[in-house]
Amino acid sequence: MSRCILHVDANCFYASVAMFRAPELRGCALAVGGNENTRHGIVLAKNPQAKAAGVKTGEPLVQARRKCPSLVVVPPDYSDYLLFSKDIRSILLEYTDLVEPFGLDECWLDITGSLHLFGGVPFLVAEQLSERIKSELGITVSIGISWNKPFAKLGSDLDAGDGIVEYTRENYQRTVWTRAVSDLINVGPATTRKLAAYNVRTIGDLAQCSDTYLDRRFGVVGRKLRTMAQGLDTTPVKAMRPEDMDVARTVKSVGNGLTAPHDITCVQDAKALLHQLCESVAHRMREFQVKGTVCGIGVRHADLGGYSRQRKLRMSTHITSEVMNAAWDLLCENEPLDKEHPIRQLHVCMSGLVSQHEPWQPDMFGSEEHRRHLEHLDASIDDLRRRYGNHAVRRLSELADPAIKHLDIKGDNIIHPVSYWA
Amino acid sequence: MPRYVSVVVRFSEEGAITPLEVEWRDGRKFMVDEVADCRRGASMKTGRRGMRYTVRIGAHWTELWLDERGRWFVEEKVLEMPTTV
Repeated sequence: MSRCILHVDANCFYASVAMFRAPELRGCALAVGGNENTRHGIVLAKNPQAKAAGVKTGEPLVQARRKCPSLVVVPPDYSDYLLFSKDIRSILLEYTDLVEPFGLDECWLDITGSLHLFGGVPFLVAEQLSERIKSELGITVSIGISWNKPFAKLGSDLDAGDGIVEYTRENYQRTVWTRAVSDLINVGPATTRKLAAYNVRTIGDLAQCSDTYLDRRFGVVGRKLRTMAQGLDTTPVKAMRPEDMDVARTVKSVGNGLTAPHDITCVQDAKALLHQLCESVAHRMREFQVKGTVCGIGVRHADLGGYSRQRKLRMSTHITSEVMNAAWDLLCENEPLDKEHPIRQLHVCMSGLVSQHEPWQPDMFGSEEHRRHLEHLDASIDDLRRRYGNHAVRRLSELADPAIKHLDIKGDNIIHPVSYWA
Repeated sequence: MPRYVSVVVRFSEEGAITPLEVEWRDGRKFMVDEVADCRRGASMKTGRRGMRYTVRIGAHWTELWLDERGRWFVEEKVLEMPTTV
Protein backbone atom coordinates (compact mmCIF):
# COMPACT_ATOMS: atom_id res chain seq x y z
CA MET A 1 0.00 0.00 0.00
CA SER A 2 1.32 3.44 -0.88
CA ARG A 3 2.15 5.58 2.12
CA CYS A 4 0.37 8.82 2.84
CA ILE A 5 2.74 11.29 4.46
CA LEU A 6 2.03 14.86 5.43
CA HIS A 7 4.56 17.55 6.24
CA VAL A 8 3.21 20.37 8.40
CA ASP A 9 5.22 23.60 8.51
CA ALA A 10 4.25 26.59 10.68
CA ASN A 11 4.80 29.71 8.58
CA CYS A 12 7.49 32.11 9.92
CA PHE A 13 6.93 30.45 13.25
CA TYR A 14 8.53 32.86 15.72
CA ALA A 15 7.12 35.87 13.89
CA SER A 16 3.66 34.26 13.67
CA VAL A 17 3.59 33.63 17.42
CA ALA A 18 4.73 37.20 18.06
CA MET A 19 2.01 38.59 15.78
CA PHE A 20 -0.64 36.42 17.41
CA ARG A 21 0.34 37.62 20.89
CA ALA A 22 0.43 41.29 19.82
CA PRO A 23 -2.52 42.01 17.49
CA GLU A 24 -1.43 45.65 17.15
CA LEU A 25 1.70 44.51 15.28
CA ARG A 26 -0.17 42.64 12.57
CA GLY A 27 0.28 44.36 9.24
CA CYS A 28 3.63 45.88 10.29
CA ALA A 29 6.96 44.67 8.99
CA LEU A 30 8.07 42.59 11.96
CA ALA A 31 11.17 40.64 12.90
CA VAL A 32 12.04 38.60 15.95
CA GLY A 33 15.57 39.60 16.88
CA GLY A 34 18.19 38.68 19.42
CA ASN A 35 19.54 41.03 22.06
CA GLU A 36 21.83 43.65 20.50
CA ASN A 37 23.29 44.59 23.88
CA THR A 38 24.69 41.10 24.36
CA ARG A 39 25.81 40.98 20.71
CA HIS A 40 23.12 38.52 19.67
CA GLY A 41 21.38 41.08 17.51
CA ILE A 42 20.43 39.10 14.42
CA VAL A 43 17.11 38.43 12.71
CA LEU A 44 15.74 35.14 14.02
CA ALA A 45 12.50 35.27 12.03
CA LYS A 46 10.59 37.73 9.88
CA ASN A 47 7.00 38.10 8.72
CA PRO A 48 5.98 38.37 5.05
CA GLN A 49 5.98 42.20 5.16
CA ALA A 50 9.57 42.27 6.40
CA LYS A 51 10.53 39.62 3.86
CA ALA A 52 9.06 41.75 1.08
CA ALA A 53 11.29 44.62 2.24
CA GLY A 54 14.36 42.41 1.79
CA VAL A 55 14.98 41.46 5.43
CA LYS A 56 16.75 38.11 5.67
CA THR A 57 16.91 35.62 8.54
CA GLY A 58 20.35 35.60 10.14
CA GLU A 59 21.38 39.09 9.13
CA PRO A 60 22.33 41.73 11.70
CA LEU A 61 19.44 43.86 12.92
CA VAL A 62 21.34 47.01 12.00
CA GLN A 63 21.42 45.88 8.39
CA ALA A 64 17.76 44.82 8.50
CA ARG A 65 16.71 48.24 9.77
CA ARG A 66 18.60 49.94 6.93
CA LYS A 67 16.60 47.88 4.45
CA CYS A 68 13.35 48.45 6.29
CA PRO A 69 13.36 51.59 8.50
CA SER A 70 9.85 50.85 9.78
CA LEU A 71 10.84 47.37 10.94
CA VAL A 72 9.45 46.47 14.35
CA VAL A 73 11.80 44.16 16.26
CA VAL A 74 10.53 42.06 19.15
CA PRO A 75 12.59 39.82 21.46
CA PRO A 76 12.22 36.04 21.23
CA ASP A 77 10.09 34.15 23.75
CA TYR A 78 11.28 30.56 23.57
CA SER A 79 8.97 29.32 26.30
CA ASP A 80 6.01 30.52 24.21
CA TYR A 81 7.40 28.88 21.06
CA LEU A 82 7.84 25.61 22.93
CA LEU A 83 4.24 25.87 24.15
CA PHE A 84 2.85 26.46 20.66
CA SER A 85 5.05 23.71 19.23
CA LYS A 86 3.84 21.26 21.86
CA ASP A 87 0.21 22.18 21.15
CA ILE A 88 0.65 21.73 17.38
CA ARG A 89 2.11 18.28 18.02
CA SER A 90 -0.79 17.44 20.36
CA ILE A 91 -3.27 18.20 17.59
CA LEU A 92 -1.28 16.11 15.09
CA LEU A 93 -1.18 13.18 17.54
CA GLU A 94 -4.98 13.03 17.35
CA TYR A 95 -4.64 11.89 13.74
CA THR A 96 -1.79 9.38 14.00
CA ASP A 97 0.81 8.17 16.46
CA LEU A 98 3.50 8.49 13.79
CA VAL A 99 4.41 12.13 14.26
CA GLU A 100 8.06 13.07 13.77
CA PRO A 101 9.05 16.62 14.72
CA PHE A 102 11.74 18.34 12.66
CA GLY A 103 12.59 21.35 14.77
CA LEU A 104 10.03 23.40 16.66
CA ASP A 105 7.93 24.36 13.65
CA GLU A 106 7.82 21.32 11.35
CA CYS A 107 6.49 17.78 11.64
CA TRP A 108 5.99 14.79 9.42
CA LEU A 109 2.92 12.61 9.91
CA ASP A 110 2.30 9.18 8.48
CA ILE A 111 -1.47 8.80 8.23
CA THR A 112 -1.39 5.67 6.06
CA GLY A 113 -2.89 3.52 8.80
CA SER A 114 -5.38 6.07 10.12
CA LEU A 115 -6.52 7.81 6.92
CA HIS A 116 -9.70 5.72 6.72
CA LEU A 117 -10.76 7.02 10.15
CA PHE A 118 -10.83 10.59 8.86
CA GLY A 119 -12.64 10.22 5.56
CA GLY A 120 -10.00 8.57 3.43
CA VAL A 121 -9.00 11.69 1.44
CA PRO A 122 -5.56 13.08 2.35
CA PHE A 123 -6.33 16.59 1.09
CA LEU A 124 -9.39 16.83 3.33
CA VAL A 125 -7.41 15.63 6.34
CA ALA A 126 -4.81 18.29 5.60
CA GLU A 127 -7.54 20.93 5.34
CA GLN A 128 -8.97 19.84 8.66
CA LEU A 129 -5.55 20.01 10.32
CA SER A 130 -4.83 23.44 8.89
CA GLU A 131 -8.20 24.78 10.01
CA ARG A 132 -7.88 23.35 13.52
CA ILE A 133 -4.38 24.74 14.05
CA LYS A 134 -5.55 28.15 12.85
CA SER A 135 -8.69 28.25 14.97
CA GLU A 136 -7.24 26.65 18.12
CA LEU A 137 -3.77 28.17 18.12
CA GLY A 138 -4.05 31.26 15.95
CA ILE A 139 -1.19 30.47 13.59
CA THR A 140 -1.16 29.24 10.00
CA VAL A 141 0.60 26.20 8.59
CA SER A 142 1.37 25.03 5.10
CA ILE A 143 1.05 21.31 4.42
CA GLY A 144 2.64 19.05 1.84
CA ILE A 145 1.22 15.62 0.99
CA SER A 146 3.04 12.81 -0.76
CA TRP A 147 4.03 9.16 -0.47
CA ASN A 148 7.52 9.96 0.84
CA LYS A 149 9.02 12.42 3.32
CA PRO A 150 11.20 14.55 1.00
CA PHE A 151 8.37 15.22 -1.45
CA ALA A 152 5.95 15.99 1.38
CA LYS A 153 8.43 18.58 2.67
CA LEU A 154 8.81 20.04 -0.81
CA GLY A 155 5.05 20.50 -0.86
CA SER A 156 4.91 22.48 2.37
CA ASP A 157 7.96 24.53 1.37
CA LEU A 158 6.31 25.58 -1.88
CA ASP A 159 3.57 27.63 -0.28
CA ALA A 160 4.56 30.38 2.14
CA GLY A 161 0.93 30.89 3.16
CA ASP A 162 -1.45 28.33 4.58
CA GLY A 163 -1.72 26.31 1.38
CA ILE A 164 -1.84 22.57 0.84
CA VAL A 165 0.18 20.99 -1.95
CA GLU A 166 -0.07 17.35 -2.96
CA TYR A 167 2.56 15.54 -5.01
CA THR A 168 1.28 12.27 -6.43
CA ARG A 169 2.84 9.56 -8.56
CA GLU A 170 0.87 11.03 -11.46
CA ASN A 171 2.10 14.62 -11.17
CA TYR A 172 5.54 14.52 -9.56
CA GLN A 173 7.53 14.45 -12.77
CA ARG A 174 5.99 17.67 -14.03
CA THR A 175 5.94 19.37 -10.61
CA VAL A 176 8.74 18.12 -8.34
CA TRP A 177 11.24 17.38 -11.08
CA THR A 178 11.02 20.90 -12.50
CA ARG A 179 11.99 22.48 -9.18
CA ALA A 180 15.47 23.71 -8.41
CA VAL A 181 17.72 21.03 -6.97
CA SER A 182 18.52 23.34 -4.03
CA ASP A 183 14.89 22.94 -2.88
CA LEU A 184 15.50 19.27 -2.01
CA ILE A 185 16.23 18.56 1.63
CA ASN A 186 19.94 18.03 2.36
CA VAL A 187 21.00 19.86 -0.78
CA GLY A 188 22.70 22.98 0.53
CA PRO A 189 24.69 25.72 -1.21
CA ALA A 190 27.89 23.64 -1.52
CA THR A 191 26.11 20.62 -3.02
CA THR A 192 24.11 22.91 -5.32
CA ARG A 193 27.36 24.43 -6.65
CA LYS A 194 28.91 21.01 -7.22
CA LEU A 195 25.83 19.84 -9.07
CA ALA A 196 25.60 23.01 -11.13
CA ALA A 197 29.18 22.48 -12.29
CA TYR A 198 27.85 19.40 -14.09
CA ASN A 199 24.69 21.18 -15.25
CA VAL A 200 22.50 19.37 -12.72
CA ARG A 201 20.10 22.15 -11.81
CA THR A 202 16.71 20.59 -11.21
CA ILE A 203 15.51 17.71 -9.05
CA GLY A 204 14.67 15.90 -12.29
CA ASP A 205 18.30 16.28 -13.44
CA LEU A 206 19.48 14.80 -10.14
CA ALA A 207 17.02 11.92 -10.46
CA GLN A 208 18.68 10.92 -13.71
CA CYS A 209 22.32 11.19 -12.66
CA SER A 210 24.53 8.15 -13.16
CA ASP A 211 25.99 6.02 -10.38
CA THR A 212 29.51 6.83 -11.60
CA TYR A 213 29.07 10.58 -11.37
CA LEU A 214 27.35 10.50 -7.99
CA ASP A 215 29.84 8.07 -6.43
CA ARG A 216 32.81 10.07 -7.68
CA ARG A 217 31.55 13.52 -6.68
CA PHE A 218 29.50 12.83 -3.56
CA GLY A 219 30.31 9.36 -2.26
CA VAL A 220 27.58 7.45 -0.43
CA VAL A 221 25.43 10.55 -0.01
CA GLY A 222 25.12 11.01 -3.78
CA ARG A 223 22.98 7.92 -4.33
CA LYS A 224 20.88 8.80 -1.28
CA LEU A 225 20.13 12.20 -2.80
CA ARG A 226 19.17 10.61 -6.10
CA THR A 227 16.89 8.17 -4.29
CA MET A 228 15.14 11.13 -2.71
CA ALA A 229 14.88 12.93 -6.04
CA GLN A 230 13.29 9.88 -7.63
CA GLY A 231 10.66 9.64 -4.91
CA LEU A 232 12.08 6.31 -3.77
CA ASP A 233 13.01 7.37 -0.25
CA THR A 234 11.46 4.91 2.18
CA THR A 235 12.66 6.53 5.41
CA PRO A 236 9.90 5.88 7.93
CA VAL A 237 8.20 8.59 9.93
CA LYS A 238 9.45 7.94 13.45
CA ALA A 239 7.00 7.89 16.33
CA MET A 240 7.35 10.68 18.84
CA ARG A 241 7.75 9.95 22.54
CA PRO A 242 4.84 11.76 24.22
CA GLU A 243 6.81 12.36 27.43
CA ASP A 244 9.25 14.72 25.76
CA MET A 245 7.32 15.39 22.56
CA ASP A 246 10.23 14.37 20.38
CA VAL A 247 11.61 11.28 18.69
CA ALA A 248 14.37 9.21 20.26
CA ARG A 249 17.67 10.25 18.72
CA THR A 250 21.15 8.83 18.87
CA VAL A 251 23.25 11.51 20.47
CA LYS A 252 26.61 11.75 18.71
CA SER A 253 27.97 14.82 20.45
CA VAL A 254 26.97 17.32 23.09
CA GLY A 255 28.05 20.91 22.71
CA ASN A 256 27.28 24.48 23.69
CA GLY A 257 28.59 27.75 22.39
CA LEU A 258 27.99 31.39 23.07
CA THR A 259 28.83 34.77 21.60
CA ALA A 260 30.05 36.67 24.66
CA PRO A 261 28.34 39.98 25.50
CA HIS A 262 31.78 41.61 25.31
CA ASP A 263 35.10 40.50 23.87
CA ILE A 264 37.02 38.13 26.11
CA THR A 265 40.41 39.71 26.82
CA CYS A 266 41.57 38.17 30.08
CA VAL A 267 41.96 34.83 31.80
CA GLN A 268 39.21 35.57 34.32
CA ASP A 269 36.50 36.27 31.73
CA ALA A 270 37.56 33.31 29.58
CA LYS A 271 37.38 31.00 32.58
CA ALA A 272 33.95 32.36 33.57
CA LEU A 273 32.45 31.70 30.15
CA LEU A 274 34.19 28.38 29.61
CA HIS A 275 33.01 27.17 33.00
CA GLN A 276 29.40 27.99 32.12
CA LEU A 277 29.69 26.17 28.81
CA CYS A 278 31.36 23.11 30.37
CA GLU A 279 28.74 22.97 33.15
CA SER A 280 26.00 22.82 30.56
CA VAL A 281 27.76 20.25 28.35
CA ALA A 282 28.61 17.96 31.27
CA HIS A 283 25.14 18.23 32.77
CA ARG A 284 23.52 17.40 29.46
CA MET A 285 25.83 14.40 28.99
CA ARG A 286 24.75 13.09 32.39
CA GLU A 287 21.11 13.55 31.40
CA PHE A 288 21.74 11.56 28.22
CA GLN A 289 23.64 9.02 30.36
CA VAL A 290 26.72 9.21 28.18
CA LYS A 291 30.37 10.04 28.62
CA GLY A 292 32.63 11.71 26.08
CA THR A 293 36.07 10.63 24.97
CA VAL A 294 36.94 13.62 22.79
CA CYS A 295 36.89 17.21 23.99
CA GLY A 296 36.72 19.97 21.40
CA ILE A 297 36.67 23.74 21.58
CA GLY A 298 35.81 26.34 18.97
CA VAL A 299 37.11 29.89 19.10
CA ARG A 300 35.93 32.87 17.07
CA HIS A 301 37.89 36.11 17.33
CA ALA A 302 36.60 39.64 17.23
CA ASP A 303 37.54 39.81 13.53
CA LEU A 304 35.20 36.80 12.99
CA GLY A 305 38.07 34.49 12.07
CA GLY A 306 38.23 31.29 14.09
CA TYR A 307 39.29 27.69 14.46
CA SER A 308 38.53 24.54 16.40
CA ARG A 309 40.75 22.11 18.27
CA GLN A 310 40.04 18.79 19.84
CA ARG A 311 41.81 16.20 21.93
CA LYS A 312 41.13 12.58 22.80
CA LEU A 313 40.96 12.07 26.55
CA ARG A 314 42.64 9.25 28.43
CA MET A 315 39.33 8.24 29.92
CA SER A 316 35.74 8.88 28.98
CA THR A 317 34.08 11.37 31.29
CA HIS A 318 31.03 13.43 32.06
CA ILE A 319 32.56 14.99 35.15
CA THR A 320 32.26 18.78 34.92
CA SER A 321 35.71 19.55 36.25
CA GLU A 322 37.38 17.06 33.89
CA VAL A 323 35.55 18.53 30.88
CA MET A 324 36.56 21.98 32.07
CA ASN A 325 40.20 21.01 32.57
CA ALA A 326 40.41 19.51 29.08
CA ALA A 327 38.71 22.50 27.45
CA TRP A 328 40.80 24.97 29.43
CA ASP A 329 44.05 23.24 28.48
CA LEU A 330 43.07 23.37 24.81
CA LEU A 331 42.18 27.04 25.08
CA CYS A 332 45.37 28.04 26.92
CA GLU A 333 47.53 26.16 24.42
CA ASN A 334 46.05 28.12 21.55
CA GLU A 335 45.12 31.53 22.95
CA PRO A 336 47.18 34.08 24.85
CA LEU A 337 43.95 35.44 26.44
CA ASP A 338 44.95 39.08 26.35
CA LYS A 339 43.73 42.39 24.95
CA GLU A 340 45.64 41.94 21.72
CA HIS A 341 43.72 38.76 20.89
CA PRO A 342 40.09 39.42 21.83
CA ILE A 343 37.73 36.44 21.62
CA ARG A 344 34.14 36.94 20.52
CA GLN A 345 32.70 33.43 20.79
CA LEU A 346 33.56 30.14 22.49
CA HIS A 347 32.20 26.65 21.87
CA VAL A 348 32.75 23.44 23.82
CA CYS A 349 31.84 20.05 22.44
CA MET A 350 32.22 16.51 23.77
CA SER A 351 32.07 13.71 21.22
CA GLY A 352 33.12 10.08 20.91
CA LEU A 353 30.21 9.35 23.23
CA VAL A 354 29.84 6.05 25.07
CA SER A 355 27.13 4.90 27.39
CA GLN A 356 27.88 5.63 31.03
CA HIS A 357 26.83 2.05 31.80
CA GLU A 358 29.52 0.50 29.63
CA PRO A 359 32.33 -1.30 31.46
CA TRP A 360 35.43 0.85 31.77
CA GLN A 361 39.07 0.34 32.67
CA PRO A 362 40.05 2.26 35.81
CA ASP A 363 43.21 4.29 35.67
CA MET A 364 45.87 2.39 37.61
CA PHE A 365 47.82 5.54 38.34
CA GLY A 366 44.92 7.85 38.92
CA SER A 367 42.63 8.36 41.87
CA GLU A 368 39.40 6.50 41.19
CA GLU A 369 38.12 7.43 44.60
CA HIS A 370 38.55 11.10 43.80
CA ARG A 371 36.72 10.64 40.48
CA ARG A 372 33.83 8.91 42.21
CA HIS A 373 33.71 11.77 44.69
CA LEU A 374 33.49 14.25 41.80
CA GLU A 375 30.75 12.20 40.17
CA HIS A 376 28.73 12.21 43.38
CA LEU A 377 29.28 15.94 43.69
CA ASP A 378 28.02 16.51 40.15
CA ALA A 379 24.99 14.30 40.78
CA SER A 380 24.12 16.27 43.92
CA ILE A 381 24.45 19.57 42.10
CA ASP A 382 22.30 18.24 39.24
CA ASP A 383 19.62 17.29 41.73
CA LEU A 384 19.67 20.71 43.38
CA ARG A 385 19.40 22.40 39.99
CA ARG A 386 16.58 20.11 38.95
CA ARG A 387 14.63 21.10 42.03
CA TYR A 388 15.55 24.77 42.42
CA GLY A 389 16.71 25.93 38.99
CA ASN A 390 20.04 26.05 37.19
CA HIS A 391 21.21 29.03 39.23
CA ALA A 392 20.75 27.23 42.55
CA VAL A 393 24.43 26.29 42.68
CA ARG A 394 27.11 28.34 40.92
CA ARG A 395 30.86 28.27 40.71
CA LEU A 396 32.61 31.40 41.95
CA SER A 397 34.52 31.69 38.67
CA GLU A 398 31.23 31.98 36.77
CA LEU A 399 30.28 34.98 38.88
CA ALA A 400 33.51 36.81 38.08
CA ASP A 401 32.10 38.36 34.92
CA PRO A 402 28.96 40.43 35.71
CA ALA A 403 27.97 40.44 32.02
CA ILE A 404 27.44 36.69 31.88
CA LYS A 405 26.71 35.60 35.45
CA HIS A 406 22.94 35.81 34.81
CA LEU A 407 23.10 33.49 31.79
CA ASP A 408 21.47 30.06 31.93
CA ILE A 409 23.16 28.30 29.04
CA LYS A 410 21.69 24.89 29.80
CA GLY A 411 18.21 26.25 30.41
CA ASP A 412 18.27 28.16 27.14
CA ASN A 413 19.55 25.19 25.15
CA ILE A 414 17.07 24.26 22.44
CA ILE A 415 17.81 21.46 20.01
CA HIS A 416 17.02 22.54 16.45
CA PRO A 417 16.47 20.13 13.51
CA VAL A 418 19.14 17.50 13.31
CA SER A 419 20.16 15.71 10.13
CA TYR A 420 17.38 14.09 8.08
CA TRP A 421 19.32 10.85 8.33
CA ALA A 422 19.90 11.03 12.13
CA MET B 1 -7.19 43.77 24.59
CA PRO B 2 -8.82 41.21 26.84
CA ARG B 3 -11.33 42.49 29.35
CA TYR B 4 -10.91 40.24 32.38
CA VAL B 5 -14.09 39.41 34.25
CA SER B 6 -15.13 37.56 37.37
CA VAL B 7 -17.12 34.43 36.67
CA VAL B 8 -18.96 32.03 38.95
CA VAL B 9 -18.54 28.49 37.62
CA ARG B 10 -19.61 24.96 38.39
CA PHE B 11 -17.13 22.06 38.32
CA SER B 12 -18.79 18.78 37.44
CA GLU B 13 -17.71 15.40 38.81
CA GLU B 14 -15.86 14.82 35.55
CA GLY B 15 -14.04 18.13 35.88
CA ALA B 16 -16.03 20.01 33.25
CA ILE B 17 -16.26 23.74 33.92
CA THR B 18 -19.52 25.55 33.23
CA PRO B 19 -19.83 29.33 33.65
CA LEU B 20 -22.95 30.34 35.61
CA GLU B 21 -22.69 34.07 36.22
CA VAL B 22 -20.53 36.89 34.89
CA GLU B 23 -19.72 40.05 36.85
CA TRP B 24 -19.18 43.05 34.59
CA ARG B 25 -16.69 45.84 35.32
CA ASP B 26 -19.37 48.14 36.71
CA GLY B 27 -20.44 45.51 39.22
CA ARG B 28 -23.50 44.28 37.34
CA LYS B 29 -24.01 40.55 37.33
CA PHE B 30 -25.42 38.51 34.47
CA MET B 31 -26.71 34.96 34.63
CA VAL B 32 -25.52 32.66 31.87
CA ASP B 33 -28.72 31.17 30.47
CA GLU B 34 -27.20 28.68 28.06
CA VAL B 35 -23.78 27.32 27.05
CA ALA B 36 -24.05 26.30 23.41
CA ASP B 37 -20.47 25.40 22.71
CA CYS B 38 -17.16 24.93 24.44
CA ARG B 39 -13.97 24.30 22.49
CA ARG B 40 -10.29 25.20 22.34
CA GLY B 41 -9.70 28.41 20.49
CA ALA B 42 -7.38 31.30 19.78
CA SER B 43 -8.68 34.81 20.35
CA MET B 44 -7.18 36.74 17.45
CA LYS B 45 -8.36 40.06 18.89
CA THR B 46 -6.52 39.63 22.18
CA GLY B 47 -3.65 37.25 21.41
CA ARG B 48 -4.81 34.81 24.10
CA ARG B 49 -5.61 31.10 23.78
CA GLY B 50 -7.79 28.86 25.82
CA MET B 51 -11.34 27.51 25.97
CA ARG B 52 -13.99 29.49 24.12
CA TYR B 53 -17.49 29.27 25.57
CA THR B 54 -20.36 30.41 23.36
CA VAL B 55 -22.99 31.52 25.84
CA ARG B 56 -26.41 33.15 25.85
CA ILE B 57 -27.16 35.89 28.34
CA GLY B 58 -30.77 36.83 27.98
CA ALA B 59 -31.31 37.31 24.25
CA HIS B 60 -27.67 37.95 23.46
CA TRP B 61 -25.11 35.43 22.31
CA THR B 62 -21.56 36.18 23.22
CA GLU B 63 -18.22 34.48 23.87
CA LEU B 64 -16.53 33.94 27.21
CA TRP B 65 -12.92 32.82 27.21
CA LEU B 66 -10.98 30.91 29.84
CA ASP B 67 -7.31 31.55 29.06
CA GLU B 68 -4.26 29.38 29.59
CA ARG B 69 -3.65 30.90 33.02
CA GLY B 70 -7.18 30.26 34.27
CA ARG B 71 -8.47 33.83 33.86
CA TRP B 72 -11.83 34.58 32.27
CA PHE B 73 -12.04 37.35 29.70
CA VAL B 74 -14.18 38.76 26.93
CA GLU B 75 -12.95 40.38 23.75
CA GLU B 76 -13.33 44.15 23.92
CA LYS B 77 -15.63 44.54 20.94
CA VAL B 78 -18.25 42.10 22.18
CA LEU B 79 -21.84 43.45 22.20
CA GLU B 80 -22.75 45.36 25.34
CA MET B 81 -24.26 43.16 28.03
CA PRO B 82 -28.04 43.37 28.71
CA THR B 83 -29.32 44.88 31.95
CA THR B 84 -28.81 43.17 35.30
CA VAL B 85 -30.77 40.04 36.09
